[in-house]
Amino acid sequence: MSYVTKSPWVIHYDGSSCNGCDIEVLACLTPMYDVERFGIINTGNPKHADVFLVTGAINEQNKGVVQQIYDQMPEPKVVVAVGICATSGGIFKECYNILGGTDTVIPVDVYVPGCAARPEAIIDGVVKGLSVLAEKKAAMGKKPVETAPAAEAAATETEMKEEA
Amino acid sequence: MGKRTIIPFGPQHPVLPEPIHLDLVIEDETVVEAIPSIGFIHRGLEKLVEKKEYAEMVYVIERVCGICSFGHGWGYCAAVEGAMDIQVPRRAEYLRTIWHELSRIHSHLLWLGLLADGFGFESLFMHTWKIRETILDILEKTTGGRVIFSVCKVGGVRKDVDAETLKEIDEILAKIRAEIEELKEVFLEDDSIKNRLCGVGYLSKEDAIELCAVGPMARASGLRLDMRLNGDGAYGELDFEPVVTDEGDCYGRTKVRIFEVLQSIDLIHQAIAQIPEGELSVPVSGPATGEFMARIEQPRGEAYYYAKGNGTKFLERMRVRTPTNMNIPALVKTLQGCDLADVPMLVLTIDPCISCTER
Repeated sequence: MSYVTKSPWVIHYDGSSCNGCDIEVLACLTPMYDVERFGIINTGNPKHADVFLVTGAINEQNKGVVQQIYDQMPEPKVVVAVGICATSGGIFKECYNILGGTDTVIPVDVYVPGCAARPEAIIDGVVKGLSVLAEKKAAMGKKPVETAPAAEAAATETEMKEEA
Repeated sequence: MGKRTIIPFGPQHPVLPEPIHLDLVIEDETVVEAIPSIGFIHRGLEKLVEKKEYAEMVYVIERVCGICSFGHGWGYCAAVEGAMDIQVPRRAEYLRTIWHELSRIHSHLLWLGLLADGFGFESLFMHTWKIRETILDILEKTTGGRVIFSVCKVGGVRKDVDAETLKEIDEILAKIRAEIEELKEVFLEDDSIKNRLCGVGYLSKEDAIELCAVGPMARASGLRLDMRLNGDGAYGELDFEPVVTDEGDCYGRTKVRIFEVLQSIDLIHQAIAQIPEGELSVPVSGPATGEFMARIEQPRGEAYYYAKGNGTKFLERMRVRTPTNMNIPALVKTLQGCDLADVPMLVLTIDPCISCTER
């Protein structure tokens, strides 16, 4: 795996899933699948995370929580929707309390199918997410560094003073 | 009296695979009150009975929870079969029992792993989950699914397990048994683990009765409460005695679950030895009629299923009451007076399954 240049840390949040995908996300961490060999670590802190794994559909109660975790993550970040519920609402789509997939609140980069999603599929999804992460990082690098107009003016002022 | 502070715990918290929120009212380092709030995973799937036919509904009910999914499917089928007065073939009952006990082993091993992770013993977590994968392999080989199987249907089961595979399961379980005996030594004898578990979160027998605790939570407080004793499925023909201890603390609850893993292995050995030949299912047709309630001993405790037909293909009402729902009052009780640092341990020892609770 020489092309994995980054050790992505993931954060996992259970939207309104049945637990099936959640325990498969956890199973990825254990000796059978062992994603830690790629440097992938499950962290509980959104500020440490690069990849956001969401399982389960979005409902009224949890949409704020998902939004909040997403907002707290530093850029660049990737969202992976794990399982069919996170993708579209799945079997619970017709339930009165379900708004839809993860993309009803936050932008999703990779969709992992399956009910429940298999660990292999989840790992595949995260690896796909890595290339998106690399693209986003490259795009960030190209952007000119934005400075606030006031700060710019202040900087010119000091320069002028120095010259004088 | 010191100054009171409220610390929010969850819904997103490192020890919780699932979201539950607790407002912990603390005085210095001691919790004086815990106020739970749930609803983060509520889907409202009971209402889906109006949109899905009773035979299709099994798939939805299995997804009440991904850990004890087989038990949910079985409980629902048992309720509908009871309401429609259907006799399930013996072989199907035995196969259901075997899959249910395999689910119990995988659920308890999962919990033991999470507990180890909770008190910071990461290699033990990894080791427990490694053993759990062997059970998942058996489940995948016999049903086709790792966590959600869809083998239970109204009237019986969908898949058969041939004699050769049953023999293989017997052999694998005998091997796992030795590994679990080793785990037992670590969980029950290790000093550092005992320091975290012994005397933490004591629930007396009287409180367990009063707060309607179920499953391992009740059995660790000395209550002999196990729905398998009712003899549903093949349990009536198997020889077992529920694991009961009277410690009442986190250590007791760990002990109950470890011994239950060994007990489940015994039950599967017995079931494999006695399984009769025969049909896998009986044909079921026509509208759902009647009403019935079924009770199943899930890994987390007693679960209750109610089904009422109205003469159409759709059920009039379907109700699931899950074990974690019943254990939350007991959790709130044990949290009062505990140290803040023990809160994750206590939340874990009821083996919370929030997606069951909220459905």
